[in-house]
Amino acid sequence: MSTKPSPTPPEIEVVDLSKSFAAVRALDRVSARFRAGRVHALLGENGAGKSTLVKCLMGYYRADAGHILVDGQQRVMLHPRDAHALGLGMVYQHFTLVPQMTVAENFLLGREHLPAIIDWGREHAALDAFMAKMPFRLDPRRLVATLAAGEKQKLEILKQLYLNRRFIVLDEPTSVLTPIEADEVLGEMRRLADARLLTVVFITHKLREVVRFAQDVSILRGGKLVAKIEVAASSEMSLAKIMFDAPASAEKTDRSSRASSRTTAPYLELTGIRAVGDRGTPAVMGASLSVRPGEIVGIAGVSGNGQKELVQILAGQRDRQAGTVRVGGHAFRGTHGELERWGVSLLIEEPLANAAVPTMSVMENLALRQFNRPPLALAGLVLKRRALRPFAQALIARYGIRGLASAPLQTLSGGNIQRTVLARELARAVRLLIMQNPCFGLDVAAAGEIRRQIIRVRNDGAAVLLISEDLDEVLELSDRVLVMAGGRISYETDRADADRYEIGRHMTQSMARLST
Amino acid sequence: MTGTFDLGWWGVLLAIVAGAIRVSTPYLLVSLGETLTEKSGRVNLGLEGTLVLGAMTAFATCYVTGSPWLGMLAAGLAGSALGLLHAIICNLPRVNDIAVGIALFIFGIGLAFFLGKPFIEPRAAMLPGLPFGNWSDNPAIRSAFEISPMFFVGIGLAIILEWGFKNTRWGLILRIAGESADAARAIGLSVHRIRTLATMAGGFLAGLGGGFLSLAYPGNWNEGLSSGQGLMAIALVIFARWSPLRCFYASLLFGGASAIGPAVQTVGISEGYYLFYAAPYVLTLGLLIYSSSRTRTLTGAPSELSISR
Repeated sequence: MSTKPSPTPPEIEVVDLSKSFAAVRALDRVSARFRAGRVHALLGENGAGKSTLVKCLMGYYRADAGHILVDGQQRVMLHPRDAHALGLGMVYQHFTLVPQMTVAENFLLGREHLPAIIDWGREHAALDAFMAKMPFRLDPRRLVATLAAGEKQKLEILKQLYLNRRFIVLDEPTSVLTPIEADEVLGEMRRLADARLLTVVFITHKLREVVRFAQDVSILRGGKLVAKIEVAASSEMSLAKIMFDAPASAEKTDRSSRASSRTTAPYLELTGIRAVGDRGTPAVMGASLSVRPGEIVGIAGVSGNGQKELVQILAGQRDRQAGTVRVGGHAFRGTHGELERWGVSLLIEEPLANAAVPTMSVMENLALRQFNRPPLALAGLVLKRRALRPFAQALIARYGIRGLASAPLQTLSGGNIQRTVLARELARAVRLLIMQNPCFGLDVAAAGEIRRQIIRVRNDGAAVLLISEDLDEVLELSDRVLVMAGGRISYETDRADADRYEIGRHMTQSMARLST
Repeated sequence: MTGTFDLGWWGVLLAIVAGAIRVSTPYLLVSLGETLTEKSGRVNLGLEGTLVLGAMTAFATCYVTGSPWLGMLAAGLAGSALGLLHAIICNLPRVNDIAVGIALFIFGIGLAFFLGKPFIEPRAAMLPGLPFGNWSDNPAIRSAFEISPMFFVGIGLAIILEWGFKNTRWGLILRIAGESADAARAIGLSVHRIRTLATMAGGFLAGLGGGFLSLAYPGNWNEGLSSGQGLMAIALVIFARWSPLRCFYASLLFGGASAIGPAVQTVGISEGYYLFYAAPYVLTLGLLIYSSSRTRTLTGAPSELSISR
């Protein structure tokens, strides 16, 4: 902790900042001012240049043109160390914590000058004293792997404060938090800024957070700064208009009013499912649920509460210790034959790693469900390569996949990989669709498109089980909302009665018991 | 092993204990070296080659200069050189550390055999042993408790490493490279440099292990000297779950198992004793099966290792 405390937190101004990657102009003459002691929101869709802008501030990228002023002085940031020395710090969307180390060790790691031999007695005393002054606290002796997502986010922020960073950039800080945690974290940042201890910049997609916690808003689109607004001076509606070039409600997906009847027999039925996770500790602890035809059941929950293992059981990727899975009234083990017979389609999270072959072409990946049947195969044995291309082309056109049929799947963008796997899964008669974080990492347009497909499948009479860490997504799509916490389904509510805070409360409830 | 007859079956126990102390030293040094390397996030499977090359280098250096300590130093440096080679190749993009390790395993042995041919016959000066058995008149006990200083060096290293991983700057830096390369880069560390140094240090220790083989026990140089001890030491790291102190206990266990064969032979069992020579290999297999599981991943494994990803 070498930097001397200054009376006010840093103020940063960027002037005509430009940055290109190959042919793409990621930042195009952007000028903005982040005033000291204020909370600043940075909005824009994926690829709008938000990350590039803050990475230029942090010394990860060097801008091609333009300059950066810190407290009125021009500075050149060649390395993150240069930014750190000026008291600038960043909390990344994907945590940079080391899970198998303690909270205290993670604190120390960021320090510029670590002593050769660490006196843990002294360090712990110093950390305890530091924590006592902080708005939220964590036990320095805990292993980071045992922290919940919200606690990790808090640790990242505490770490920046511990390192005396007073200009803090948060990259989508609330994407992994429950609404209560998000309010708590952002509320605290606002309080620290109001006390003129911090200048805060946060990147977000969520209008609600901007309206509640930010004072200034900058909106980027296609690498250009399109608006600078003071929140106090504008309404939520006008913000949404500028953000998406359309009123907020237009983003909502149309759903036919046809809701499933209460009396229809469930198509998917899980009772008392138990399973252990990768570390051999219980992950799913007696989960029961059912999904009827023509209904979307959404499972909300903080990641690490057994969702991953539950989906793996349904996909036949994990053994269960107890419980039954019934599809269409029959016992189900997730074999290839059963998936086909009962019309079960799956979109598992991170499909490139979990549900597709990265080095095979788009065409081959599209055929993975049907390559052994006509029209793609002769007598279930010989693959008719000539039939493959038209089959794939039809799906590519229908689902708007941007990529060549012959290109290896791994060369496509995240959204197009997602579309490819979705197209493959929906290419046959679907009676049960199981989806896990289907829109994670996609931009607003791509996410909207995938959500429309999900609604279409439901309107066609299929049962849909949606497991998502994004509560907004669950609330938007589901007919019924369940909460998974501590390996169980801990809460259930109808779409009409769903209250985000009540759901959030149940999401965090039994989390303390589960450690990964 | 003269004079064991008057101790009877006690002699077997004594031989196993003495063997555990003697034979464990190379296991310990190699497994500590491998632990150090793996903590940085890289596997060096080439340590068997390093061990053999170290043995040859130590013996040759000692033969030429007359100083066993100079031999040990040369062995360590030869090990570091192989470690550096491993690290440089692995620093290239899209190179698999396991494949490089196997290549260097074969390379190290080949190089040692090629350069070591002239040294197979002669005898060189040995590392002196510390006489811990002087209290007894029995020559068997006296020879059993003549302990090499390298054994204590190994214990000291195990304690220092165990403490150092948690309590020193270098320890934290090493572990962050092994647990999360992204986090290491985010705070401005060069992961390649950390791993290069860790692989060289690991190679140095494995080289010392080789020097022990040719200059202390069994104390000569021939092509069958190691018989896979370098490979078993790597398996031992997994069993010890990347803890230097547990490496020490596991090494004693392996050393004891290796000593069963010779010990049984000394009490006059002449049939089937070859079966006992297989004990360390059976132990390796058994431990690997015991420590593996279908339902959970290895605990304690550095997250960046190619085997735990």
